[in-house]
Amino acid sequence: MTLVNLRRRFFGDGLNTALTLLVLAAVALGLPPLLNWAVINARFAPDAAACEALDHSGACWGVVVEKAHFILLGRYPADEAWRPLLAAGLIIGSWLAAAFGWLRGGKLASALFAAPLLALPLLGGGFAGLTDIPTELWGGLPLTLLLTSAGMAGALPLGIAVAYGRRSALPVLRGLLTGYVELARGIPLVAALFVASFLLPLFFPDGVAVDMLWRVLIAIVLFAAAYLSEIVRGGLQAFPAGQLDAALALGFNRWQTQRWIVLPQVLRDVAPSLANSAIALFKDTSLVTIVSLYELTGSLGLALAGDPQWRPFYLEAWLFIATIYWLGCALLARVSQRLG
Amino acid sequence: MPRIKAALAALAFISTPALAGKTLDAIKAKGQIACGVSTGVIGFSAADSQGQWKGLDVDVCKALAAAVLGDANKVRWVPLSSQQRFTALQSGEVDILSRNTTWSLTRDAALGLHFTAVTYYDGQGFMVAKKSKVTSAKQLKNAEICVQSGTTTEKNLSDYFRAQGIKVKPVVFDKFEASIKAFFSGRCQAYTTDASALAFIRSKEAPTPDDYVVLPEIISKEPLGPAVRRGDDEWFAIVKWTINALIEAEELGITQAKVDGLKASPDPAIQRFLGVGEDLGKSLGLNREWAARAVKAVGNYGEIFNRNVGADSPLKLPRGLNAQWNHGGILYAPPLR
Repeated sequence: MTLVNLRRRFFGDGLNTALTLLVLAAVALGLPPLLNWAVINARFAPDAAACEALDHSGACWGVVVEKAHFILLGRYPADEAWRPLLAAGLIIGSWLAAAFGWLRGGKLASALFAAPLLALPLLGGGFAGLTDIPTELWGGLPLTLLLTSAGMAGALPLGIAVAYGRRSALPVLRGLLTGYVELARGIPLVAALFVASFLLPLFFPDGVAVDMLWRVLIAIVLFAAAYLSEIVRGGLQAFPAGQLDAALALGFNRWQTQRWIVLPQVLRDVAPSLANSAIALFKDTSLVTIVSLYELTGSLGLALAGDPQWRPFYLEAWLFIATIYWLGCALLARVSQRLG
Repeated sequence: MPRIKAALAALAFISTPALAGKTLDAIKAKGQIACGVSTGVIGFSAADSQGQWKGLDVDVCKALAAAVLGDANKVRWVPLSSQQRFTALQSGEVDILSRNTTWSLTRDAALGLHFTAVTYYDGQGFMVAKKSKVTSAKQLKNAEICVQSGTTTEKNLSDYFRAQGIKVKPVVFDKFEASIKAFFSGRCQAYTTDASALAFIRSKEAPTPDDYVVLPEIISKEPLGPAVRRGDDEWFAIVKWTINALIEAEELGITQAKVDGLKASPDPAIQRFLGVGEDLGKSLGLNREWAARAVKAVGNYGEIFNRNVGADSPLKLPRGLNAQWNHGGILYAPPLR
């Protein structure tokens, strides 16, 4: 870009000049105090006394160093930390593979489904010498990732089935599924989580306890499946009927037509919307805190709320997990672009 | 909605008697006590950077584990949000709810649980800026008062000023951090919450602590204590008497350090307490050294108080009402005999 070009872009006419100056002024006013706070005056060592002496004139990033283990892995036993780290790595790896095109088609789909399926036993243990870690101790980033990826992996097949069911010729089936979709879309996720965690246990007989994580995961799957089914149904409706006739003419039966002609194209068409739902779900998982599952935001709360030394620096800690959420969303957004 | 509520109440009611007397057996079989704690209340229950739970409510569970199982570490900690705490107890997810919860009639009578004993007498107070020259809550006419929503605090505030015939404007915040930020930035003339928290907020969160004062009025009674599920009198008695034992230990001068040495004491009250002579544990279904084990694990009530909320803690709360009855407080354990 030449200088002339730059000038024309930023100072081409009165409006552009004014906007350029405005932005420059905002940066000049905002950046120095921000830099001062976040970098120049900041403390990076986990030293509570030094941080307190700063009196918030600079950021105390030490809080992140001090609490990193708790925030990222929650209450998971420290000497087994490699398991949640590996589980998180598997899931992030599958997302990276999708975002950067390392894997394609069937392999990519298997990786996206396999990652949460492998993460579950890895976190839970109880076999091959791995100690049994109850789900209530799972937390932090691995839990956030697991709820998102397992939620999507469970919801997608169900959503596809529901989408086909709603196009079925059987009025009872169609009516029931429409009812389910409207009900699931008609209540907030928080309400679904409340029902799954508070109401259901009261209806179980004594001594029967379904683990909280499973109850919540099922609620998330049922909730997300309703949205995904509508996305898939939209894709099915837009599918050109001519191709169906062509498939028929070539001797494909109904099952083969759907499997080899319709679904591959439809899923590719709706992939950006599916990734969009994944982004929404990724952020929605923070709601499980209210039912005492401590994912990223919850484990941050546990780490800081009761600690008199470090609680004053919650802003720094929140900025830390905001960055993690932003990275996660950026990654999923790239998946959406890539698949589209 | 009323019908659903009734159904739930009925279910909670029906399902509890079946558990009668089983809690202790279940705890012994599992080898641990499931203790419901908070998601982080300074001094009462909070996890440190290593994930170890600390606090006054936490020590109650540790004392129980020591008394029942002989090991203070045999506790499964279940952090519970305030919305979830009662359901978790009713549905059997926790054996005891030790989560600075106020004992009140409706909670005791309608929620299918039993409060066992008071472990901390709290009350709601006010904090104002010194320069406002306010010295009593009665001077807060037309004042804006910052308060956190969804707590008994909010209701106490309106009850108190209605009774006084004084109009105030509550400014309600959803989050604790937001409410104190607003107060210290001058959004409100006063801030109200439990007195135990006020002292700490003043010393730790205020820009300059000396610019703020806590007013003398305490406008509500907030007796905090652990609760257990209804329908298991045996377990109820164990929790109640373990707490009584911690309080009695302070009165008798039995400390964590001295508990072993005192076995030779000629004082019959101390002998009974330590299980040297009579076996008090038997009637509770516990080992004869249950009370000694509890004190050995976490100390007596005074030591627990000082370590977590009192002089040796960042909270530095005075004993106040929580002193022994013969030292100006209202702590009074029925005799262990």
